[in-house]
Amino acid sequence: MSILVNKDTRVVVHGITGSAGGFHARAMIEYGTNVVAGVTPGKGGQTFDGKVPVFNSCEEAVRRTGANAGVCFVPGAFAADSVMEAAAAGIPLVVCITEGISIMDECRLRAFLKDTSTRMIGPNCPGLITPGEAKLGIMPGYIHKKGDIGVVSRSGTLTYEIVWQLSMLELGQSTCVGIGGDPVQGSDFVDILKLFHADPGTRAVVMAGEIGGTMEEDAAAYIREHMRKPVIAFVGGQTAPPGKRMGHAGAIIQGGKGTAAEKYRALREAGVTCVLDPADVGRTVKAVLGTC
Amino acid sequence: MNLHEHQAKQILSRYGVPLLTGRLAETPDEAARAYRELGVPVVVVKAQIHAGGRGKGGGVRLVRSADEARDFAAKLLGKPLVTPQTGPQGRVVRKLWIEAGCDVERELYLGCVLDRKLGQPVLMASKEGGVEIEEVAARDPSAILKQPFDVAYGLRPFQARALGWGLGLQGEAFTSFLSLAAAVARMFVDRDCSLLEINPLVVTRQGALVALDAKMAIDDRALELKKQPELEAMRDVHEEDPLEREAAQHGLNYVSMDGNIGCMVNGAGLAMSTMDLIQLAGGRPANFLDVGGGANKDQVSKAFKLLVANPSVRAVLINIFGGILRCDVLAQGIVDAVKEVHVKVPIVVRLEGTNVGAGRDILRASGLKIIAAADMSDAAKKVIEAAGIKSEVLSPKS
Repeated sequence: MSILVNKDTRVVVHGITGSAGGFHARAMIEYGTNVVAGVTPGKGGQTFDGKVPVFNSCEEAVRRTGANAGVCFVPGAFAADSVMEAAAAGIPLVVCITEGISIMDECRLRAFLKDTSTRMIGPNCPGLITPGEAKLGIMPGYIHKKGDIGVVSRSGTLTYEIVWQLSMLELGQSTCVGIGGDPVQGSDFVDILKLFHADPGTRAVVMAGEIGGTMEEDAAAYIREHMRKPVIAFVGGQTAPPGKRMGHAGAIIQGGKGTAAEKYRALREAGVTCVLDPADVGRTVKAVLGTC
Repeated sequence: MNLHEHQAKQILSRYGVPLLTGRLAETPDEAARAYRELGVPVVVVKAQIHAGGRGKGGGVRLVRSADEARDFAAKLLGKPLVTPQTGPQGRVVRKLWIEAGCDVERELYLGCVLDRKLGQPVLMASKEGGVEIEEVAARDPSAILKQPFDVAYGLRPFQARALGWGLGLQGEAFTSFLSLAAAVARMFVDRDCSLLEINPLVVTRQGALVALDAKMAIDDRALELKKQPELEAMRDVHEEDPLEREAAQHGLNYVSMDGNIGCMVNGAGLAMSTMDLIQLAGGRPANFLDVGGGANKDQVSKAFKLLVANPSVRAVLINIFGGILRCDVLAQGIVDAVKEVHVKVPIVVRLEGTNVGAGRDILRASGLKIIAAADMSDAAKKVIEAAGIKSEVLSPKS
C-alpha cells in the first residue's frame, strides 16, 4: 500500500517540452510511471519522445487521457498559473517541482486552491515516489526500495540521504513525499502524516524538518493527539545563524522563532523519536522498529 | 533584500502614507544644508544602514543647528556604526537621512509580514510602538492585533477599522489610519514585500498620524523574476557580504559562518544537516554552501573557489548526494578547480548517488590528494581530523 500515488496514477507533465520537464518526464517513464500526457501552451499536437501526446491545455489533456495527477516543471514566473490551470481542470493532485515562485504568487495560488478539491505538493520540492510503482518528481529512482516506512521531508537531497540509509538497512518505503522548502506550501507535515496514519501499508514514519516556520510544531501537536505509529524525526539547521536564509526560502530563523531546538522540544514532548545526527536516521528507525 | 529607511519612505509616500519632510546627505556639508532647507528648529539625523537598533548604537540624534548637523554627520559618515543588530564589526555609514522633527504624543506599531501557516499576509498593529515587535510578542502576545488578509481581496475596510479601534484611535487619527492601513497592505502585495514595518507610527500632539521610521524587505525571488526593477535598482551592495553576493551571482547559496571547516553540499537540507554533523563531531563549519540540485561543472568549480577564498578554512568537506547533479560532473568540477586554484588545505569528499562510480574514478585518476569518505559520519570524522592535523603542521611555519 501507499499514499497519494500508485501504479494506476495517470500523470500529466506540465512543461514537458522544456529541458527540465523533458529530462524528468523521461526518467519518470523509465521508472515505470504511467505518464499519459504533457501540457505546453502552443505545442499541442506534438508527441513527446514519440509516445506521449502534448496538449495546449490541461483541460484537454484530462478530457482526452483521463490524467489524474500533474507534475509541474514550468518556470517560476508561470508556475502558479499552471497549477491553477490543473486545479481548474479538476486534477485532484498536483506536484509542483518549480523553485523560485514569488511569495505573493504562492499566496495567490494557495487562495485559489482553497476553493477547489485539488491537493498541491510543493512548490520547490523533489516530488513524491511510491517505490516500484510511480515516481512523480526528480529523485533518483534506484535509491528507493519497496516497503512500509513512510518518509516526509522539507528537503530534496536530505530525503535521498535518509532514503539511502533506510534502503541500505533493508528498510523499504511505502511512499516518500517531499513537501518542499518554501514559506507557503500546498501540503504540510500534518496533511501527509494524516495519510500515512490511515495507510495500512505504512508501519512507521520518518519526518525530516528544518528551521523556519511552525510546521514541525504543528506536526508535533497532531502526533501527540492522533498518531499511533512510531515517528522518527530529524530537524536540519541546528547550527544555522538567525536571520539568514539557508538556501530554502522558508529556512530562516526570524525574530528568534523557528529554531531547530524549539522544534525538537515540541517533537520530543509529543513522543517522537528525535535524531540529532543526520547520519543516524536509518539506524534509529531500525532500532525503533526492533522494539515495536 | 533589505531597503534603507529613506528608500522605503520614498515608496511609502507614493502610496499616500503621511511622512515628514526629509533630505538625504552624503557629506557633512550636505547635512548642514539639509538642516537649513528643512527650516525647522529641530531636525533628526539618522544613519542609513541595514540594521535595527540605530538609536541605541548612537546613529540617531536630534540637532538644533546647521553646525550641529555638520558635526554629527562628520562623526558618522564613513565610519562603522555598531548597533545591537550589526555584530561587533558594525556597518559603515554612507548616507544620512535628515528629517524635520515633530511633537510625539503616542508611539504605535504597524507592520505587515507573511503568515506562513495561512499563506496570507497579516497586518499587525500594537499600542506599544518604538520597541522591537519581537519583544512585545515575547512579553504579551495579546498586545499585538492581527488581521490576515487575502491577497486577491486585499485588506477590507472592516479589518482596518478593527485595528484602528484596537489602537484606541479617534477622530482625524482614526480616519487617517484607515487609509494608511489599506495603503500599507496594498504596497506589501504590489511591491512583493517580505516585511514592511512602520515603527513607530506616531500620533502627533496635533492629532495627525506620521510614519516616523520604516523598514522594508523584498522577496528575493520576485527580484530574480524581475518583477520589481525599481526596487532592484535600490540594492545597496555595500550592505551585502561580498562572498554571499558573488555566490548569488553564480546561482549558489552561500552563508558565511565563523568556523574553520568549509563545506560544499548539494541541496539546502543536506547542506544544513552537514553543518550540524560537523558541529556534533566537534568541529565548526565555516559556511553554508548549497550548489543546488542541478549545478553544472562551472558552478561547482566556482563554488570550490569561493570556499577556499576564506582564509579561516582549514579543511574542506564536500558532501554530495547526486540526483540531478551527477557525481561525475561534480568530480570533474572539483578536479578543474583544484588544478586552477592552488589549494593548500585537505579535501574530504563523500559522493553518493547518480553516476557515483564514474565520479569516484575521476577523483582517483586525477592524482589529487583527496580523502575519500564512505558515508556522512565518516566524512565528518575525517574532515575534523584533517583540519586538526593540518593546523598542527602549519602552525610552526606560520
